[in-house]
Amino acid sequence: MSLFGTALSWLTDPENWSGAAGIPARLLEHLAYSGITMALALAVAVPLGLWVGHTGRGSGLVVGLTGALRALPTLGLLTLFTLLLGLGLVPPIIALVLLAIPPILSGTYAGIANVSPALKDAGTAMGMTGGQVLTRVELPNALPVILGGIRNAALQVVATVTVVAYINLGGLGRYLIDGLAVRDYSRMLGSVVLVAVLALAVDAALAVAQRLSTSPGLRLASP
Amino acid sequence: MNWTSRNWPYVLELTGAHLVQSVLPLLLGALVAIPVARLAARNRTLRPVFVTGSSLLYTIPSLTLFVVLPLLLGTQITSVVNVIVALTIYVVAILVRSSVDAFESVDRDVLQASTAMGYRPLRRFFAVELPLAVPVLVAGLRVASVSNISMVSVGAVIGVQSLGTLFTDGLRRSILEEIVVGIALTVLLAVLLDLVLRGTGHALTRWQRAGRARTPVPRVRRGAVA
Repeated sequence: MSLFGTALSWLTDPENWSGAAGIPARLLEHLAYSGITMALALAVAVPLGLWVGHTGRGSGLVVGLTGALRALPTLGLLTLFTLLLGLGLVPPIIALVLLAIPPILSGTYAGIANVSPALKDAGTAMGMTGGQVLTRVELPNALPVILGGIRNAALQVVATVTVVAYINLGGLGRYLIDGLAVRDYSRMLGSVVLVAVLALAVDAALAVAQRLSTSPGLRLASP
Repeated sequence: MNWTSRNWPYVLELTGAHLVQSVLPLLLGALVAIPVARLAARNRTLRPVFVTGSSLLYTIPSLTLFVVLPLLLGTQITSVVNVIVALTIYVVAILVRSSVDAFESVDRDVLQASTAMGYRPLRRFFAVELPLAVPVLVAGLRVASVSNISMVSVGAVIGVQSLGTLFTDGLRRSILEEIVVGIALTVLLAVLLDLVLRGTGHALTRWQRAGRARTPVPRVRRGAVA
C-alpha cells in the first residue's frame, strides 16, 4: 500500500508534469516511437500479408519467417543495432519494427487465407477482378482478424518501447531506468503504472476498432 | 571467436539460467492454466471472465511486472523469482485462452460415449478429455515458450542474469561478438524447446497416426474373421 502510495504521490507531483523531462513530454516520445514503428511495420507487413493470403504463394515462407522473427530477442537486436549503427532513433526502430512484423503479417495472411472459398468464387462469378475480390470480399471479411494481429503488435510495441530508454532514448522507460540507477522506487513504480495504463488504453481503443470493423452483413449472419 | 573461447563457462552458466527462467514458468503456467481453462470451457459465466481476464494480464508490460513483483512478493529486485513469477503470469495469459479452445475442440459425442461407458468425471478428464485436447494444448504451449525465451532476456535490464546479460554487457563494453552469441543461443534455445514440445505432442497423440497408417488392413481382416 505505502509503495503504491509513493508511486501515486510521484504521479501527482506537479513537478513531474512539466518540462522536457515531464510526463507529458515522455508520453509523447513514447507514442511517437510506437507510432513510427507501427507505421513502418504496417507498410511492410500488410501488403505482404494481403498478397500472400490472396495468391496463396509463399505461405510456407510467411509461416517460417514469422516463427524465426518471433524467436529473435528484441533486447538483443536493440543492443546489436545500437553497437553497429550508434546511438539514435534508427537502431531501436529497426528492432521494434522486426518485433511488430510477425503478428501483423500472420494476422493479415491468416485473415485473408481463411475467407471462405465459396465467397471468393461468388465474387469471381459476379464478374469481379482479382483486385476487386481482394478489396470488396476478402478484406471486409478478414478485417477483424487483421485488426487482431495489429492489436497484438501495438500492444507489444507499446510495452517494449519502455526498453529503448536503456540505450539513452526517451519515452516512459526513462523514469524506470533512471529510477533504477538511483534506487528511486516511487519513480520506477510511477513509470510502470504509466506504461501499463497506456498499454491498456491502446489495447482498448483497438478492441473497439476491431468490434466496429465487423461488417454489418457479417454481424447479421452470425447467430 | 576470441571472446567466446575465453568466456564459454560464463556463457554456459547464463544459458542454464536462461533455460530455467523460461522452462519453469512454462510448467507452472500450464499447471495453473489447464484446470482454469477446463473450468471455463464448460461454464457460460466463467468463460468470458477468464478469457478476457487472461488477455488483460498479457497487456501488462514485462518490465512493469519485473519491477512491481519484488514489492508484492518481498523479493530483491534482481531476484530470479520475479522473472519466473512474471513469466508464469504471461504463460497463464496465453494458455488460458488457447486451452479453452483446446477443451472445446474435444468432440461432445466422445465425451458422452465415455460417460455412457461409466467413466466418472475425474477419470473421464484424464483418460479422454485431456489426451484429446493435447494437439491444441501443445500449439498454445509452443507460442508461450517462444515468447518466454525472448522475454527472459529483458530481465537483464534490471540485473537478473540470463542470456540477456550478454546483450547489456556486450553493449556496455562494445563487444559485438558477445551480443551475436547471445542472440544465436537464444534462437537455438527457442528452436530446441519447440522441438521438445512438438516431440512430446507427437508422442502423446499416437492414435492420430495409428488411425491414418493402417486403416484398411485390420478392418478387412476383422471382417473376414467375423
